[in-house]
Amino acid sequence: MSDYQVVQSKSPVFYNRYERKSELQHQTHYCSGCGHGIAHKLVAEALSDMGLQDRTIFVSPVGCSVFAYYYFDVGNVQAAHGRTPAVATALKRARPESIVIAYQGDGDLAAIGTAEILHAANRGEKFTVFFVNNAIYGMTGGQMAPTTLVGQTSTTTPWGRRPSNEGFPLHMAELIATLEAPVYVERVALCDNKNIMRARKAVRKAIELQRDGVGFSFVEILSPCPTIWKMTPNEARQWVADKMVPVFPVSVFRDRKPPAIENGGPRQISVIELLGLGEFSPAVEEPVAPRSGRRNLTIKIAGFGGQGVLLLGQVLAEIGLREGLEVSWLPSYGPEMRSGSAHCHVCLSTEPVGSPLVEHPDVLMAMNEISLRKFAPQVVSGGVVIYNRDALPADFAVRQVRVSCVPASELADQLGAAKAANMVMLGALIELTHVLPREQALAVLETTLHDGALLEIDRRAIDAGIDFVRKAAVPAA
Amino acid sequence: MAAVPDRGYVTIDTEECKGCGLCLEACPPRCLEFEPELNAYGVRPARYLGRGCTGCGICFYACPEPGAITVYRVAPPPKSAGTATGEASHAPAL
Repeated sequence: MSDYQVVQSKSPVFYNRYERKSELQHQTHYCSGCGHGIAHKLVAEALSDMGLQDRTIFVSPVGCSVFAYYYFDVGNVQAAHGRTPAVATALKRARPESIVIAYQGDGDLAAIGTAEILHAANRGEKFTVFFVNNAIYGMTGGQMAPTTLVGQTSTTTPWGRRPSNEGFPLHMAELIATLEAPVYVERVALCDNKNIMRARKAVRKAIELQRDGVGFSFVEILSPCPTIWKMTPNEARQWVADKMVPVFPVSVFRDRKPPAIENGGPRQISVIELLGLGEFSPAVEEPVAPRSGRRNLTIKIAGFGGQGVLLLGQVLAEIGLREGLEVSWLPSYGPEMRSGSAHCHVCLSTEPVGSPLVEHPDVLMAMNEISLRKFAPQVVSGGVVIYNRDALPADFAVRQVRVSCVPASELADQLGAAKAANMVMLGALIELTHVLPREQALAVLETTLHDGALLEIDRRAIDAGIDFVRKAAVPAA
Repeated sequence: MAAVPDRGYVTIDTEECKGCGLCLEACPPRCLEFEPELNAYGVRPARYLGRGCTGCGICFYACPEPGAITVYRVAPPPKSAGTATGEASHAPAL
């Protein structure tokens, strides 16, 4: 009885089971005889043999291989159609120690993504591209690709590709090898045993070059697509050898050291360093003790453009920020400079703000009647509506919210500046919600307003708002 | 029965195999065939004839499925050096 050992088996870089439809978790989604599976295996084997699995980020394209993240147990990002090299650029620059693999098909790389791949290659980004070329659009059902051979039929070239109408097939490996920066460009073919092993070597070499930080590596893999070509898997493999290889020669087009670049590249400096913030920590000051238990508030401020709606939102966000809260401010306004409608959303929270969009605010600050009618029904039950008039319109009622009518424009006008109505509203908000303190509001205004007279008006406007709400509350109490 | 045992053998996961037949063509000693029965997915998966495998591993690389084929080879006699390079040890020599 001889002693046998496993010499080839499923790579540990693949998941044991795939997070697909329950009955198919044991199989890839690729068609029987598809070249993607072989290309995947070569990449997985190389990563596993080099011990790079935990450092790898795989960027999936759009195309049949969009689901590569089902299979590769590495970091995965799926990019918009054709943008794989752009995403890979960002990943590699942000994480130079990671092994970033951009895996693309010919529709993705050579059609919609031509700009991205050429510029990434031209910049010599230090990641690896595996370009799987099957001369057709597979996922979408067999339309002509940039790499479709002359005379090859597809759903969009039913009489065969004619150069007079559709141009010639793009030779991406040759094209990329005309650029200065790439260090390694090779084309291989998955057409027979010998060529598959040659592809294996090319895949390993490309990844090794990235591991060693040498530069941009690109491997074009001619790959069979039996389903769309309407062939058996063996016929398709033969078609790669007989039809594709003569047009797309299998060869090393570039294998050299990166060109010497003067000045070595951009200076690496962190944003904090660049801004001279020194030992910056996001929480600059200890949060001030809250005035009440409640610190979370979503606010919608609405009115005409010119009423200080957006500015009020910014001031609220700034006050919240200085109070140590998480804040967001989202403006929305029309193209008009004045008198169009404007509104903004402000979130104040002790937790990170998930979305700055406030669909159901705790507080609506309605600067005019239109805004009141439009947004008051959205306020949450138990919320607050502050309306810039001394009473609600006779035909209007909102249920289950507290309405505070503050004639802010009139009060501000009495102070000599109708424009300060938004500050009266701010005063009313401070008094009604007890979330933000008056002192912090004044501190914010002091640093944002440089005109002492305006500052004085705003201070009096805020106090007018606070006083009005207090007085209005007395008879009710 | 055979005096000299085969140098290797393969096992095939009949539920992962999609029956493409690439391994049958790729196998140098031609020791793979289709199962006569359909599997749960309605294809005839590949199977090992049961003799003749050299453990070369070519079928593994011809197969597009990550784990459909597992290749076994006779363990080499204990040797001190030369087998630890990883790549050279299990890649078919072509």
